[in-house]
Formats: sequence, structure tokens, C-alpha cells
Amino acid sequence: MIEEIFRREAGRVLATLIRLLGDFDLAEEARQEAFAAAIEQWPAHGVPANPRAWLIKTGRNKAVDRIRRDILFRTKIADREYASAAADEVGTPDEADDTFGDDRLRLIFTCCHPALNAEAQIALTLREVCGLSTQAVARAFIVSEETMAQRLVRAKKKIRDAAIPYETPDSSVLDQRIEGVLAVVYGVFTEGYAATVGSDLIDVELCGEAIRLGRLLDALLPHNAAVMGLLALMLLHDARRLSRVSDAGDVVLLDDQDRSRWDQSEIAQGLALVDKSLRVPGQVSPYTVQAAIAALHARAGENEPTDWPQIVGLYEVLLRLQPTPVIELNHAVAVSMVDGAARALDLVDSLAARGKVTEYHLLHAARGRFLHQLGRPVEAREAYRNALNTATLEPERRLLAARLAALKSQ
Amino acid sequence: MNYLLLIYTNEAEFAGLGQSELKKLTDEYMEFTKSIVQAGHFKAGDRLKPVTAASTVRVRNGKAITTDGPFAETREQLGGYYLIEAKNLDEATAIAARIPGARFGSIEVRPVWPPMT
Repeated sequence: MIEEIFRREAGRVLATLIRLLGDFDLAEEARQEAFAAAIEQWPAHGVPANPRAWLIKTGRNKAVDRIRRDILFRTKIADREYASAAADEVGTPDEADDTFGDDRLRLIFTCCHPALNAEAQIALTLREVCGLSTQAVARAFIVSEETMAQRLVRAKKKIRDAAIPYETPDSSVLDQRIEGVLAVVYGVFTEGYAATVGSDLIDVELCGEAIRLGRLLDALLPHNAAVMGLLALMLLHDARRLSRVSDAGDVVLLDDQDRSRWDQSEIAQGLALVDKSLRVPGQVSPYTVQAAIAALHARAGENEPTDWPQIVGLYEVLLRLQPTPVIELNHAVAVSMVDGAARALDLVDSLAARGKVTEYHLLHAARGRFLHQLGRPVEAREAYRNALNTATLEPERRLLAARLAALKSQ
Repeated sequence: MNYLLLIYTNEAEFAGLGQSELKKLTDEYMEFTKSIVQAGHFKAGDRLKPVTAASTVRVRNGKAITTDGPFAETREQLGGYYLIEAKNLDEATAIAARIPGARFGSIEVRPVWPPMT
């Protein structure tokens, strides 16, 4: 039972201690000491009525004790005064104050502060908000633990040196800052998504962490269209996770996926969130549009054909909001389903002509697919060869090689 | 906490400005400076003469060597600064964003070490 309480409250206790103490490491130590004290005292005296408040108060007091104790060991008066002032500055938790939810939000905004570089934001969020160990975060991004530890140390140093505040941003910049947070969450999700087709075994479930973060943000920032849109997008993609990779570790494309392995509960949640998000007035978020496209794929079944014309329309909306090469490619694929391969090939060739994506294996694969559909096998084979030369992930390479082999036998 | 706001703009772009545009910019700077003085953030601030007036001093092997020009050729040059007091980085960056030069240049926001006692 005590373990259950710890599991539930660990994140919130840390977030509040960080606010009170103004220091990540001090807060982590304080939480540990509070937990240790709880294990010692609760069996004998009973679990307190408000365990979270107890843990926060205990952690805070132990940290203040530690700061004051440090004074005894300092010989320089200036240091002593500094330490004493630091102890005096430690905030006092207000038991009646239910801003605990806000503390987790403050922590998220701090970890995702734009003054930190993108890698630092992701590392800090996974470590401090999701509670992953440094080792786990390092494994997730395929760097050494030493490298990740350094990254975290530098990020925390920047927060201290530049006085990055532990605050929810001002309303004038809130939307901008939320975009930054969502970019971090989406970054975590796409890392996890790609990892499922990587050749390395990643045992940290990044997609799960990203979705958890998305749910937390949805709870803390209700009725936010972009937050709901991103959460919907992640759920709808995650729902197909088990069917995206075969037992042999090969990529399985959407058309060939075993729909019985799709998580219907996640799909239902995702569909509901897309609806809710679209009903929020104001400009639609690109995440919501992407989620709406994923929703159309999820809705299609054996009895219901995929609504490709609507998907094309949605990609066109998305292109106006976010004109990126990946989205242009996906638009072309959708167009091929409605207007045919020739039109789609024109779109892809125009994208290639603009010159920025020649190293992108998916562009070559798309060309290969359209050329094959147009009955131009020689050019199709060349396109797939280009795709093979630029693809890096093993399972994707195997898929492309298989396509190439199938064409050669024709 | 004190922050130094370093105003970097491309001097060549400035040279292209007409009289009335220059006056408008100067007025905007005066307005801005007045507002941060009134709000209690201003500690110091100056406009610098262009890099053509700059010289660089280096002491190597006991010898002081002076050369013409800034310490390095950069696409944007340091044109001015403000030393401000702000409660945290967010307050400092909000002030920096209001500097007229921020619209076409870059404002570096550097925290200042507290004075040694």
C-alpha cells in the first residue's frame, strides 16, 4: 500500500520540491529522504491523511536541515551567509493549496524551456518528468550513460546560471511555449516509433512515456486543441504498433497490417480526441489534422474502404500549415489513390526538383512505387535502387530489397 | 539578477536607412530606454560607434599588440548594449524582445556573475 502511494505521488512530490528548493538534485535527494522516513514511520504511526503533503513537508524540512548543516562545515563567512540565506529562501508548502497539479506543469515548462537546446529538453523531460533513470534515457537515445549524464548536468547548469524560472509561462507567451512542449513530446514519440523498426532492441517504451506525458498535459491544460490533437495522433499511431512489425522484425505496411492486432481502445480514445479538438474554436493545429488523417485510416476496415479523397483534402490543409517534404510525399501517395500514379509521380518529381530531399529514401521508394504502377519497371528498379542506397534502418532495407527482387523477376 | 543584453545588427543594412527611418529608430530606442528606466530594470546602456572605429588589443609574450577592427569579422556586429536587472531569464528575454534592434538583428542575453564580495 505504501509502495502504491509512492508510485502515485513520486512525480508530484518531486515537482513541488523542485519549486520549493529551486534545485533538481536537491529535490531528488529530499524526496528520497522523505520516502525513507515514511517507510520508517508510517507502519508504526499509520499512513497520514494527506500522504502527498506529508512527503513534501518532510522532504522540504530535511533539505533545509541539510542546507543549514552545510553551514557548520563552511569556514568562510560569505559562504555561511549564502547558505543561511538559501535555507531561508526555501518555500513553505501550503497544505490547503492544491497547486500541486500546477507544479507538474511548471516542471514540464521548465524542462522544455526554449533557452535549452532540443536534446537537453528531451533528456531533462524524460529524466525529471517521466522519472526515467539516466541509464534508461541514454539507452533510448543510443548514447553512453556518461554522455547522457553530461547532457543533463549541462542543462541543469544552464537553468541555474541563466536563472531559467520554475514558472508556468505568462499568458502572452503560453501558446508558443505549449508548442515547444508538444514538440518535445512528439520528439519522444517519434524516437520510440522509429525504434520499433530499428535493428537495436530498445527496452525503454518511449511511445508509452510520450502518451503518458500527453495525457498529463491534457489533464493540466484542458480544452487545448493542440494538446488533444497530439494525444490523438499518438494514440492512433500507437494503436497499430503491434501490427507494424512482423514476428521476423520486418516492416508491415498499412495495407497489409493485421487489423485484429490494432488496439481498439486506443483508437476509440484517439477518435474522440480528434472530435473534441476540432470543436475547439480557432485555428486548427497541424497535430489535429495529422490525427484526423490517422483517424480515417483507423476507421477503414474490410467493409469500409479508406476515404482517400478526404485524406487528400486533409493533406492539403496540412501542407498550408506545415509545408514539409514528408507531408508532400504523403500527400502524393494519397493523390495516387484518387487521381492515379501519373499525377502523383508529377508531384514527387516536382518535390525532388526542388533539390532538398535527394537523400531521402522514402522519396525514391515512392517514385519506385508509382513507376511500377505505371508499368515502367526499368525506371522503377532504378528508383528502388536509389531508395536502397539511402535507407539506413535494416527492416526498411529488407523491404526495399524485396520490392526490387520482385520487380527483377518480372 | 543582472543580464547584459548585447545588440547585434548588420551594419551594412543600417547604412541603407534614410533620414526619416533613422529618426524613427532613434525615437523607438529612446522610448524603450525610458520605459525600462521607469520600470527599474535599467542599469546602463550605450550605443557603440561602428566597427570601423574599433581596435583590438592582445597581449602575447609580454607584448601589447593593437590591430584595426573588431575581434572577429562577423555577419552581425555589436552595435550597443543594455545592462539590466531582471528577476529571471524570462523577464530578461521579454525586455530584450522589446529592443528595436531585435526586429532585424539578434540580442544576446548573458547573465552576469554577481559581484565578488
